[in-house]
Amino acid sequence: MTMAANARMNTLYAARLLRERLFLGLSMAATAIGLGCLAVILATLLIEGIGGLSPRVFTETTPPPGADGGLLNAIAGSLVMTLMGVAFGTPLGILAGTYMAEYGRYTRLTSVVRFVNDILLSAPSIVVGLFVYEIYVAQVGHFSAWAGGVALGIIVVPVVVRTTEDMLLLVPDPLREAATALGAPRWHMVSRVAYRAAKAGIITGILLAVARISGETAPLLFTALNNQFWSSNLNAPMASLPVTIFQFAMSPYEDWRRLAWTGALLITAAVLALSIAARALNTKRGT
Amino acid sequence: MADIALAQDNRIPVIRKGWSLRRLARTDEFFRVVTRGAAIAVLGVLSGVMIALLIGAWPALGKFGVEFLWSQRWNPVTEKFGALAPIYGTLVTSAIALVFAVPVGIGIAIFLTEICPRALRRPIGIAIELLAGIPSIIYGIWGLFVLAPVLQHTLQPWLIDLFGSVPVLSSLFAGPPYGIGVLTAALILAIMVLPFITSITRDVFEQVPPMLKEAAFGLGCTTREVIRNVVIPYTRAGVTGGCMLALGRALGETMAVTFVIGNAHKISPSLLAPGTTISATIANEFTEAVGDLYTSSLIALGLILFVITFIVLAVARYMLARIAARAGV
Repeated sequence: MTMAANARMNTLYAARLLRERLFLGLSMAATAIGLGCLAVILATLLIEGIGGLSPRVFTETTPPPGADGGLLNAIAGSLVMTLMGVAFGTPLGILAGTYMAEYGRYTRLTSVVRFVNDILLSAPSIVVGLFVYEIYVAQVGHFSAWAGGVALGIIVVPVVVRTTEDMLLLVPDPLREAATALGAPRWHMVSRVAYRAAKAGIITGILLAVARISGETAPLLFTALNNQFWSSNLNAPMASLPVTIFQFAMSPYEDWRRLAWTGALLITAAVLALSIAARALNTKRGT
Repeated sequence: MADIALAQDNRIPVIRKGWSLRRLARTDEFFRVVTRGAAIAVLGVLSGVMIALLIGAWPALGKFGVEFLWSQRWNPVTEKFGALAPIYGTLVTSAIALVFAVPVGIGIAIFLTEICPRALRRPIGIAIELLAGIPSIIYGIWGLFVLAPVLQHTLQPWLIDLFGSVPVLSSLFAGPPYGIGVLTAALILAIMVLPFITSITRDVFEQVPPMLKEAAFGLGCTTREVIRNVVIPYTRAGVTGGCMLALGRALGETMAVTFVIGNAHKISPSLLAPGTTISATIANEFTEAVGDLYTSSLIALGLILFVITFIVLAVARYMLARIAARAGV
């Protein structure tokens, strides 16, 4: 090899090495950006939200501007409508997922439903709000907690369908064959064997759905609307934590904004706790 | 009589057995029909949304016709409505968001699959996925009170100074630094869709057969060369699908954008100017809309958004399904 060629090799090698280092550096920087965003957001929530955290937040209803108060009605409304959403969406989701994994695993219907369901999974939630407004609120003529619950229920369905199907497909077929060989009818096999084997996974799906809807704002804006006061009437507008945060944060009043931050901290803590719990449950099943 | 009695004596157990078997079969059939009905109901939700929005949007679409799509005016007083400004804002914010989020998202996926020490993979992966769990209203309030003021005092004046004398770019970065606006909304969206890109890219990266990668390493390739020449070509459909999925998310995102976009019904060439998106317009104006035509126009906006995201998500799912099918073979 001539000296010139040798030198060229060396510069080529040096260039490759440089590019390699640059590349690795950039991908590390990308990770730092991602983690940095998470850290900054969580830190802001803690700093801004923790000051307003007092027992009063949980015992008093939302105040008019300039007065003291808490978030009791918003928290209660969120709990009620989340519960309604889960109650409406979960049975439908589990049944549909059961059909896809147990009865019609290879049918055309299943592949179509899977495709549509995956689209619904990331469809804009504000459109769901418009839909429920059209079919319910506009028909009965007033906003209500029922409408909010239905809207959240529609968002729950695709999440539960997806996890139910996935988790049932993970159940080994020999279990099904064993149950059938013992003479169990199919629905018996599904309910006593497949559901039991997939229980943790299905519950994970429900938890994820709860985490998803407890932070949803857009579908509630024109279904449940908002309510400044305590209300236990499901046929009337009901406050919810996200909508209250939206209203308070966009307001010019300092004390409303402080409450909005406190509410934001509460929601985030609840949602992150739920998703970590779901993950933990899922891991335990895996090992 | 005796005949019958005899027959009963003999047959009762047989009949009972047949009867209970039939009952079991009926229950089974019932269960199958119910679950099938639930699966069909999922399809019903999608078509129901389409139909309800179409009916709701009909008055506006009937009055303005296709002009609704490219008219820029939005005047509740004279009841003249056109969707161009919100459509433009939706597309531009999502496109810019992807420009930021795709390289960073893929970078994180590369870090997690190729560089990261094994012990740190899970915690870092979970941390990135937690970004997807944070509700969008939180991004909104954070964007409005934290990110927007920071941008107003740092990035935006700098951009204005930097490109002030460059011919084309000066109009792109013109105007006073408001803090809120198209660019801020796009940045927030970028953070929000980042975890979706990362998690899908990472999944498809992990499907690359180790043999292929090891062969390339064996030839003396650096990590960068392996990723560029082996991993990326192998996973192109999946990565594109993941980015499309993120695009679908960004297009429909509502609350975070509503906080920081500024809600101005005009198309401005400047990225620093306030604008609006379809979802932000609906969120802001729907409950205050008076008159059927106004409400109907907002529902028509919702229909347009649904159709756009449906197409984008369908393409994304198609690409992801294709790569999944290949992995299954």
